[in-house]
Amino acid sequence: MSLKEQWVAFLTILRKEIRRYLRIWTQTLLPSAITMSLYFVIFGSLIGSRIGDMGGFTYMEFVVPGLIMMAIVTNSYANVVSSFFGSKFSHAVEELLVSPVANVTILMGYVVGGVSRGLLVAFVVTLVSLFFTRLQIHSYFIVVTVVLMTSTLFSLAGFINAVYANSFDDISIVPTFVLTPLIYLGGVFYSMDLLPEFWANVSKLNPLVYVVNAFRYGVLGVSDVSLPVAFGMIIFFTVIAFAFSMHLLNSGKRLRQ
Amino acid sequence: MIPALTIENLSKVYDNGFEALKGISFQVEQGDFFALLGPNGAGKSTTIGIICSLVAKSAGRVRVFDVDIDVDFPAAKKHIGIVPQEFNFNQFEKVLDIVVNQAGYYGLPPTMARERAEKYLRELGIWEQRDVPARTLSGGMKRRLMIARSLIHEPRLLILDEPSAGVDIEMRRSMWAFLKRINEQGTTIILTTHYLEEAEALCRHIAIINHGNIVENTSVKSLLRQLSREVFILDCVEDLPSEITVEGFTVRRVDDHTLEVEVQKGQHLNQVFSVLGAEGVHVSSMRNRANRLEEMFVNLVEGAA
Repeated sequence: MSLKEQWVAFLTILRKEIRRYLRIWTQTLLPSAITMSLYFVIFGSLIGSRIGDMGGFTYMEFVVPGLIMMAIVTNSYANVVSSFFGSKFSHAVEELLVSPVANVTILMGYVVGGVSRGLLVAFVVTLVSLFFTRLQIHSYFIVVTVVLMTSTLFSLAGFINAVYANSFDDISIVPTFVLTPLIYLGGVFYSMDLLPEFWANVSKLNPLVYVVNAFRYGVLGVSDVSLPVAFGMIIFFTVIAFAFSMHLLNSGKRLRQ
Repeated sequence: MIPALTIENLSKVYDNGFEALKGISFQVEQGDFFALLGPNGAGKSTTIGIICSLVAKSAGRVRVFDVDIDVDFPAAKKHIGIVPQEFNFNQFEKVLDIVVNQAGYYGLPPTMARERAEKYLRELGIWEQRDVPARTLSGGMKRRLMIARSLIHEPRLLILDEPSAGVDIEMRRSMWAFLKRINEQGTTIILTTHYLEEAEALCRHIAIINHGNIVENTSVKSLLRQLSREVFILDCVEDLPSEITVEGFTVRRVDDHTLEVEVQKGQHLNQVFSVLGAEGVHVSSMRNRANRLEEMFVNLVEGAA
């Protein structure tokens, strides 16, 4: 296939993905807006007003970047894992496998679909947050870069989960037992300074720490980890996830008999 | 002229150790209407799966219009349209979207995709249903949708895996007419089917596969010529005598008006008619007990078992 044909195929997959999550917006876009509103009310306003400053900012200001990033992570992951596993389950993925479209185009179609949902939800959650606090962006470049890299990373992770999943249970196990604990322990709600040295060091094994802190730096200008290290770690995990996803597609593992 | 499909020593051993294909070889000429027959588990769907990349082969070569799938599978895939046995589309998507999206996967620009989708959905009689979710279609219409989808990139080789499964007689006949028409227009067609009547009505060449081996590969005509025995049912006007014998023939009186006659190759039915005539019995109609190809198929498959 020529590059132009690959581009058409990419746009087709992307369009299909966007249509899918917009068609079921009550399941894909609305829940994050409601959940995050509750987080803002409970942790930001009610409990946060009693906590005082965190890292030199009000608790609401501190928690908003983490919550926006949490929405991006969960939505980009959920979009790809549910869409690709759904295609696998219904055998509709065969439409792609029998066509001449390149594996990298298939992967990018799904990943950019996940990124687009992550961005849309981030926009919605950010709008909701404006009812609770004033957002001053420290660096638009860092914010945009971190959002794109993070949603790409977790879309890829969702893709890997979808390839390995055999049932709908399998696509909820990782988000429930891995992703959610990592997010909660990734510095969304607290600064690493509050942790004893040992647990602060253990936390550095959590990729969500780098994602949340890099984004928080973009918004507030403060971070618990060094920005180059955070960027380096996100890029490292993204490259690993991309290479592994391509390996799964090229080898046909769990996709072809 | 290069063949539409060449398969050489194709083998497939699944992870559980099951040897589905044991080094089969066959060729399908351009413009042919070719049937791949065999009992369940014989290796038909595995063969088709390998041709269209849903199954990884263990050994052997597959060439589609001389394009080796190991050398340039994307180029080979452009020549192939596949209609699988199971419905493999998103049931929640609209009919038109399913077909147009498939065009996109082949790199067809949106305008051309829509034009072709309209053309094939109209030809297959489901244009009126274009805006409904696919799950609301009947089984026969879903099958037609998959045919339209498989033709959207106008492949030179169309492969249909059990296209008549779950389709009523009227829809099956109109589907046959459609397939005949596109075959006459130059599309090479390979089909697997359990309806041997379908293979006899449509196909010019047949390969019979059993236990992962090709046990026969010839033209329908020459296959039928090999038939050494046929059983005819004779419907008679008058009551048949309680005992009836025809020298050299095995005859069985089914009821007062029905006689079953086994005719070996080289024998003539005139002898049976003469005996019945002498008994004052007239034959009003006559038919094969089973489809002729079915008899041949059973002979070959049971012989190889």
